[in-house]
Amino acid sequence: MILDPKIPPGPVEEKWDRHRFEMKLVNPANKRRFDVIVVGSGLAGGSAAASLAELGYHVHCFCYQDSARRAHSIAAQGGINAAKNYQNDGDSIWRLFYDTVKGGDFRSREANVHRLAQVSVNIIDQCVAQGVPFAREYGGMLNNRSFGGAQVSRTFYARGQTGQQLMLGTYQALSRQVAAGQVQMYPRTEMLDLVVIGGRARGIVTRDMVTGEIRSWSADAVVVATGGYSNVFFLSTNAKGCNATAIWRAHRRGALFANPCYTQIHPTCIPQHGDYQSKLTLMSESLRNDGRIWVPFKADDTRSATDIPETERDYYLERRYPAFGNLVPRDIASRAAKTECDEGKGVGHGGRGVYLDFADAIQRLGKPAIEEKYGNLFEMYERITGENPYEVPMRIYPAPHYTMGGLWVDYNLMSTIEGLYVIGEANFSDHGANRLGASALMQGLADGYFVLPYTIGDYLARHMGEEPIPTDHAGFREVEQEILGRVQKLLSSSGKRTVDSLHRELGHICWEKCGMSRNAAGLEEAMGQIRALREEYWESVSVPGSGEELNQSLERAGRVADYFELAELMCRDALNRGESCGTHFREEYQTPEGEALRDDEHYTYAAAWEFGGEGGEPILHKEPLQFDNVPLTQRSYK
Amino acid sequence: MKLTLEIWRQKTRDSRGRFVTYSISDASPDMSFLELLDVLNEELTQTGEEPIAFESDCREGICGSCGVMINGKAHGPEKGTATCQLHMRKFRDGDSIRVEPWRSKAFPVIKDLVVDRAPFDKIVQSGGFVSVNTGSAPEANLIPIPKPIADKAMDAAECIGCGACVAQCPNGAAQLFTAAKVSHLALLPQGQPERYRRVQRMVDEMESYFGSCTNFQECEAACPKGISIEFIARMNRDYLKGSFSGSGG
Repeated sequence: MILDPKIPPGPVEEKWDRHRFEMKLVNPANKRRFDVIVVGSGLAGGSAAASLAELGYHVHCFCYQDSARRAHSIAAQGGINAAKNYQNDGDSIWRLFYDTVKGGDFRSREANVHRLAQVSVNIIDQCVAQGVPFAREYGGMLNNRSFGGAQVSRTFYARGQTGQQLMLGTYQALSRQVAAGQVQMYPRTEMLDLVVIGGRARGIVTRDMVTGEIRSWSADAVVVATGGYSNVFFLSTNAKGCNATAIWRAHRRGALFANPCYTQIHPTCIPQHGDYQSKLTLMSESLRNDGRIWVPFKADDTRSATDIPETERDYYLERRYPAFGNLVPRDIASRAAKTECDEGKGVGHGGRGVYLDFADAIQRLGKPAIEEKYGNLFEMYERITGENPYEVPMRIYPAPHYTMGGLWVDYNLMSTIEGLYVIGEANFSDHGANRLGASALMQGLADGYFVLPYTIGDYLARHMGEEPIPTDHAGFREVEQEILGRVQKLLSSSGKRTVDSLHRELGHICWEKCGMSRNAAGLEEAMGQIRALREEYWESVSVPGSGEELNQSLERAGRVADYFELAELMCRDALNRGESCGTHFREEYQTPEGEALRDDEHYTYAAAWEFGGEGGEPILHKEPLQFDNVPLTQRSYK
Repeated sequence: MKLTLEIWRQKTRDSRGRFVTYSISDASPDMSFLELLDVLNEELTQTGEEPIAFESDCREGICGSCGVMINGKAHGPEKGTATCQLHMRKFRDGDSIRVEPWRSKAFPVIKDLVVDRAPFDKIVQSGGFVSVNTGSAPEANLIPIPKPIADKAMDAAECIGCGACVAQCPNGAAQLFTAAKVSHLALLPQGQPERYRRVQRMVDEMESYFGSCTNFQECEAACPKGISIEFIARMNRDYLKGSFSGSGG
């Protein structure tokens, strides 16, 4: 297989404009002849579906939620980056590009990242025009804040619910197209497989989550926008329903999976409080702008936070990284918290937590100012923990949050299967080995509003006038039969274990061996454990009820089955990458000060894995990464 | 904590439902309400019984998926909190808790505690948007918006579309949901061109599914985001203005 990223020639800042000109266009009258399937209705899927429909394509949009508005993009709190330079603090498209490449620890594709920075400014314009109520100054202009490791204020936000507001903008645009008859919306419908005929993506097979009906859908192109796979860890900040089935099934049909080991562990989450815990809750990392992170100097200190005097507190991020302090990038903040807790200095339940203290900020700015900025986050914290963060410091601990890995795509966002596009978190394209704060929303909307609508036209134009494939074609029928067989297999298992109990066990293995830090022995061991547990899964899982009704156990069972396979690939990729970069920290590869040690000579590539068949070994393909504009340097936040 | 749960079980949309009683012997006060249901479902699954279907997704109080009547109150006893963020420390040891799906004719039960809220999508589709195609937006700072106006629009935009307002309303009215979307857009300069046409269409659509508002104000009390009924007054004013000026339709 030839892995061609199709990066346009020319200087990086001219690539996108030039490419836009060179791509083929579809005549307005011909757009209505094309059917496009969009799976997922979050920021990426929703914006793509709406924009494609506005252009005149017939769009069929699917989501597992009861309404398109509930996609998990909604949970993003902190904000969205854009190189507007409204604050006159030296920001530019080039700086956002540079920061993102560097923040990704030089494991992303320069051309994609530059395009992302370019269109970032259009996203804000679009969202404001839709009525997204971003925070404003008294003069009526848009407000910005600095966020998660950035030294300029380029983050736009809407209280603590930027994701929700952007999502509503997208949902409104989508609703307008549903009303216009340009988008057929299918909520409570889950994609269970991709249909590839003649080497091209020609449709999908879904399950109606209310009636259980398995049904085929034919189209001229398929867009997958189903988000990331953090739920492989069971406990994560993702929504309970987030799953990797769509991308994993596409992978098994021939789409390469890139960099699965790049998983971001977010530093500011509410620590776990019990074994029954169903998910972890993120607190926006904007809190790090004013909160100070510390642990007691002494290990196993059982005093309450307020009883520990200033001189016995270790503000370890400020100490280790004086230039960035509490605002170091996520991967560094998370690992540092783990190190402190491993040394016995952790606080709260099981010693797995560090303090995030607002006492200084409250003294400096006053309680009302803190309330205005973070009121809803403080309230949420109190609801969950029963503690008042205005009076006692918050406790935080890292949690799986975002996955930079995903299906490999070329510059046009097309996977290695012709006609299968992958956008948003589901692809691997822009964040390299570590995503910067407030960049996920930016990427989702960039892909959906401003990239895919152009690039998909170039593909469709080449297939003008072709006959659609009917869903009674053998290619569809075979996939339907496979799915029915799989559903039957899950329902007929006579075991005694619940889906969740096995998923928890899988998550535990991944968290311990392929979480914040990894080593070769642990990864080898994890792969063996995952394989053994997967066998147990198929023998001992219990799925009550039938396939012809709303059956939440069955939904979860199918998703977890796919997670077992993905988890193994994640470990394999982590084992293959003999370096530390971004969120991927291999204990064998670190500087004497304990910082990540990259190996640019051997690993400046995206690892794209080809499915090796049932029980077969995955095959590694490498896309070499070239850095012509941002010189390769060791990241330093000292 | 020891608890007795009376939970509504209903196999399908058309079948008859009933309350089934379950005893919980060891709930933790730090559990969320949904985690309590998770634990119960794990037990039911192990004994071969079908677990209770209920809806949830983000479990952070923002997606609006979850929501049940707890002792007759939408989202339960804690003010300003969605069911997923309600914790068992708000109950007492030995409590008996009755759990029902949303009460509303417009939200038929699909199974157990899961209901169909599709009419909310229909209301938004009828006009809850600004008609601006991708690419045609002007520079974002071209139109200044006074902070108090932007903040007020944000207050309205906080609605998560959970349906608690409808479930709690004795009339099953959806005024608060509709008014929140209408006001969010009517307050902003971007929403002006379609302001009156939007409110006419959305209100008419709403009335084809839901009951009428008679100012019980139960909706505001039940809303997990504390959306104010002041927005209903705004919506009604705009609706009337639109009818008189003929700028609706």
